[in-house]
Amino acid sequence: MSLLEVDSVDVHYGDFQALWSVSLAVGAGHALAIIGANGAGKSTLLRTIAGALYPSSGSVLFEQRDISRLPAHARVKLGIAMVPEGRRLFPSLTVEENLKLGGFVRRAGPWSLARTYELLPLLGPLRHRSAHQLSGGEQQAVAIGRALMSNPRLLLLDELSLGLAPIVVQHLYEVIPDIMATGTAVLLVEQDIGRAMSAASYVHCLLEGRVTLEGGPAELDHTAVRAAYFGIRPG
Amino acid sequence: MVWVNAVLQGAMLGGLYALFACGLSLMFGVMRVVNLAHGDLSVLAAYGSVAIFDSFGWNPFVTLLVVVPGMALVGAVMQRLVLERSLRIGPLAPLLATFGLSIALENLLLQIFSPDPRILPIGSFGISSWQLTNQLSISWFALLTLGVAVVVLIGIEAFLKRTKTGQAMRATSDDPSTAELMGIDARWIYTVAAVIAMATVAVAGVFLGMRTTFTPSSGPDYLIFAFEAVVIGGIGSVRGTLVGGILLGIAQTVGAQINTADPVLAGDLFFLAVMVLRPRGLFRSSVLA
Repeated sequence: MSLLEVDSVDVHYGDFQALWSVSLAVGAGHALAIIGANGAGKSTLLRTIAGALYPSSGSVLFEQRDISRLPAHARVKLGIAMVPEGRRLFPSLTVEENLKLGGFVRRAGPWSLARTYELLPLLGPLRHRSAHQLSGGEQQAVAIGRALMSNPRLLLLDELSLGLAPIVVQHLYEVIPDIMATGTAVLLVEQDIGRAMSAASYVHCLLEGRVTLEGGPAELDHTAVRAAYFGIRPG
Repeated sequence: MVWVNAVLQGAMLGGLYALFACGLSLMFGVMRVVNLAHGDLSVLAAYGSVAIFDSFGWNPFVTLLVVVPGMALVGAVMQRLVLERSLRIGPLAPLLATFGLSIALENLLLQIFSPDPRILPIGSFGISSWQLTNQLSISWFALLTLGVAVVVLIGIEAFLKRTKTGQAMRATSDDPSTAELMGIDARWIYTVAAVIAMATVAVAGVFLGMRTTFTPSSGPDYLIFAFEAVVIGGIGSVRGTLVGGILLGIAQTVGAQINTADPVLAGDLFFLAVMVLRPRGLFRSSVLA
């Protein structure tokens, strides 16, 4: 039984159709990666699951409940948290206020302010700093901590690596197993195929709004992935 | 001594302007809505007080107990029925909607209360003062107005800084769609902001009515003063609004000392000077602080 099920979802921006009958499922404590090039619809898919966009057809089920029409703020209460693309911290709030705001819905669970600082020790000394004074990597760490503070059952990570140095990305990805150990499912969007393959146990590849390939990282060979990613026909 | 007196009186007049302006500043800071009906809503509050006085003979200060919650309710209804709908259309729609509301309110008040000037009587308290020296005296009422303004503005600032809802309000002001992803219902936050803004407008309106006469068409004048106070202080900054209001008041009374014919002109010139020299206001803040 899956925690999250996305069932043949179509999403439109006005007349433009961004997703075409996309389906996927994630179980509790599992990690699923969505890879694809720029504009493939990865972020659209994540935002549809978070509730920032509504599907024009198809459904999003969370713990067997249809949440397709539920607004984003109500989904957080059910246990869906998102680290949005580009971090999107609140610049007029301090690091600690940003983290506390992540816990706005007061869901019960393992994550507290203390535990978050333990997982992301670099944030401790920065707690009274204003969010706009941080480096990109520090901001991303705050964004992760902020999402965890709502004690999510499903964590959506949109392009953690965007604009960050490889060593910083490495450190950020190292916390994902700790997050999954608490039983939280992780759904991550990534352009970096290698990073996605090593973090997740199942991978979907999107191309122009359609799932072109899916499977466990071990089952997928390089040529097929490249074909699915760039839309190059093999052979 | 004349100048000291002008500055002192101006500072206290400015307290009233700050009280007017803080609701305007809050609504702009949180939902980026310029409420053109702001002045008329304060006049509505003053007439609410008049109506209660006429019917029951209550002391105008006591009418605040009814007028403030009443205006808060008006704020919630206005937010849900007018502002929220118009915000969905685009950033200019609320401007038109509140402009329409302003005209409608003014004419409604004219129908009910006639264009005759009214004042809220507060008896001898209105004219008693504290004699500092021979040439210097402070009206108790003006001092009270300034005190109320300081308390209200400090209260709003503490609310934004310390409370959970206040922090959520700052976050929503920064980025409403990301705030939604934190579980914050922006509609609720906007409603809370409108309620607080209208409660402060009610206090400002009733104090205005106790200070001087007003008519159903007094609203736009006070809207201008509120605007000037907000811009001088820096848009969205609560502390800036207090300082902005006080500086505007001082500019007007000092101006009146130089040229008694048009005290408002000096305030407008000061406002223009701030616009030219520090277009973002004296307290630089793009966000609520």
